Amino acid sequence: MQIYLPIADIPVNVFLVLAMGLAVGFISGMFGVGGGFLMTPLLIFIGVQPAVAVASVTTHVAASSFSGAIAYWRRRALDFTLALTLLAGGIVGSAGGVALFTWLRALDQLDLVIGLSYVTLLTVVGVLMVGESARAIIRGRQGKPVELRRPGSHAWFHGLPLKLRFKRSKVYVSAIPVLAIGFIIGFLGAVMGIGGGFLLVPMLIYLLRVPTVTVIGTSMVLTFLTMVSATVLHAATNHLVDAVLALILMVGGVIGAQFGAHAGQRIRGEWLRLFLGLLVLAVGMRFAFQLVIRPDDLYSIRQVGGGL
Amino acid sequence: MSRPRIAALAAAALLINAAPAAAERLVASLSNRHIMITSNYTGVELVLFGSVERDAVNAGRGIAYDIVATVIGPRETVRTRRKQRVLGIWVNTASRTFVDPPSYLAVLANRPLDVIASADNRRKLQLGIADTPLPELINNDIGEVSNDPFRAALVRLMSERGLYSEEANAVTFLTPILFRASIKLPAQVPIGDYTVDVKLFADGNLIGHTALLFEIVKVGFEQFVVEAAREHGLLYGLATAFMALLTGWIASVAFRRD
Repeated sequence: MQIYLPIADIPVNVFLVLAMGLAVGFISGMFGVGGGFLMTPLLIFIGVQPAVAVASVTTHVAASSFSGAIAYWRRRALDFTLALTLLAGGIVGSAGGVALFTWLRALDQLDLVIGLSYVTLLTVVGVLMVGESARAIIRGRQGKPVELRRPGSHAWFHGLPLKLRFKRSKVYVSAIPVLAIGFIIGFLGAVMGIGGGFLLVPMLIYLLRVPTVTVIGTSMVLTFLTMVSATVLHAATNHLVDAVLALILMVGGVIGAQFGAHAGQRIRGEWLRLFLGLLVLAVGMRFAFQLVIRPDDLYSIRQVGGGL
Repeated sequence: MSRPRIAALAAAALLINAAPAAAERLVASLSNRHIMITSNYTGVELVLFGSVERDAVNAGRGIAYDIVATVIGPRETVRTRRKQRVLGIWVNTASRTFVDPPSYLAVLANRPLDVIASADNRRKLQLGIADTPLPELINNDIGEVSNDPFRAALVRLMSERGLYSEEANAVTFLTPILFRASIKLPAQVPIGDYTVDVKLFADGNLIGHTALLFEIVKVGFEQFVVEAAREHGLLYGLATAFMALLTGWIASVAFRRD
C-alpha cells in the first residue's frame, strides 16, 4: 500500500517503512540504543532526502526513547538530576547542531558532512566495541575472572570546580564535564539524526563513573529530551520534519523494541556488545565506501526555492 | 524574468500566424484540470485531446498536420553541483545556479521535432528541451551558457526522475485532424500551476496554437500537514513532539509487564 509523504514529497510503501521501523526497533530494544544511526541511512536508501530523513528520525527516536524511559522510571532506575544537567548542555548542543545543519545545507555540503560524521563516529565506536567485547569473550574462554575497574581512579576533570552531587547515581563530580557530554550528544543528534545512546552510555560509565544501574535509564531520559528539542528546532527552522513518516516509523519502532528487548535478555552481555560493535562498524564502512568510491553520477541537483 | 520571453513568443506566433492564409483552428482540451494529491497518490496520467478545424477549402487539400505540445510546470531555482575527488573523498566542489527552470517539462510530438520544424524555427519558438532557455546566474547576471556541462547534467538528472521528457511519438493522430496525447506526471512532480502549449504545424510552419492550464494541488490531510509545517513551524514541531510522546507512552502501557 503506497502512501504519499507530505513533506518528503514522495510516495512510499507503508509496509516497507513499517518493517524498517520494526527491524530497527528490534535491534534498538535488543541493544538498548535508539537506532537512529541505522534508521537514517535506511531512509536515505529508499529515496528520502538526507535532510528530511535526519529531521524525521529525531521524532522517531523521541518516541522510542520515551517508552524506554517510562519503563526505567517505574523501576526507579534513572537519575533525573544527572539527566537534567546533561540536558542543559544538550539543548545548547542541539541548537548549535541545527544551526550548523542549516548552514551546511546552504553550502551544499550537508550530505558530505553527514557521511563523514557517520564514517568517523561509527568506525571509531565500532572498533572500540568489537575490541573490548572480543577481549572479554577471550578472557571468559580462558576462565579468567572479569577485569574489575578500579573505583576512585581520578581523571583530570575530576578536579574541576562547580561540583554537583548526583544522589541516585552516587557520584560527586564537576558540572563542567557533564554539561560538555550533554553538548556533544545534543550536537551530534541534531546534525546526524542519532540519539547518541551508544556514545552516551560508555561516556557515563567510563568518564563519570556512573553505576550501570542508572546509566541506561538516564541515557534514555536524556535521549528523549534532546530528540524532542531537536524535533521542535528542526520543525521551526528547516520545516523538514515529516510527521507522517515519523508516525509510521515510531509505530513500527516501539513494537519492534519490545521483541528486541526480549531477545536481548537471552544473549550474554559481551556477545551482545560484539554484535552491536560489528553492526556499527558495518554501517560505518558502508558510508566510507560511498565517500571513497567514484559516484555513478558526479552531478546532483537541489531545489533552492522558487523565484530569486 | 519570463515576461519578455512570453511577449517575444507571442509576437513570433502572431507573425508566423499572420503569414499564410490560416484557415485552420486548433481546439484542444485536457481530461482533468485539477489533479489532487491525496494520501494514495502515486502519479497520474492526463489525456490531451483535440482536433484541427478546417474550412471547406483546406479540407479538400489533404494537408498533413503536426502537433507539438509543451507542458511546463511551476518554476523553481535549482542548483546543479559537481563532485570532485578531494583528499581521496568525493566532495561537491563546483555548482551553478539555474534561475527558475521549469520543474516539469514535457515536449510531446507526433514526429521527431527536426522533421516538424527547421532548426531556425525551433529556436525561435523554443521548441524542444534543447531550445528551451535555462538561464544561469553568472556573477549576479542572468544569462544562457552554451555547451554547458551543468545544463546538460540538469536536463539529464531531471529526465532520469521523469520530470523532463521529449517524446517524438507521444501524440497520435486518430484521424488526419483528430489527435490525442498522454501526459505522464510521475509521483514526484511538484505541486502548482502547469501550462500546456499546443502548437499546430503544417509543412514546417506554425499555423496555430492554443494554451491550456491545469493545476496539481495537495488536498485534505496532505495540504494541512504541509501548510502547518511551512506556516507554523514551531507549533507543528510541538505537535509532532507531542505525538512522539503519546506513541511512546501508549507503547509503554500496552507492553507493560509488571
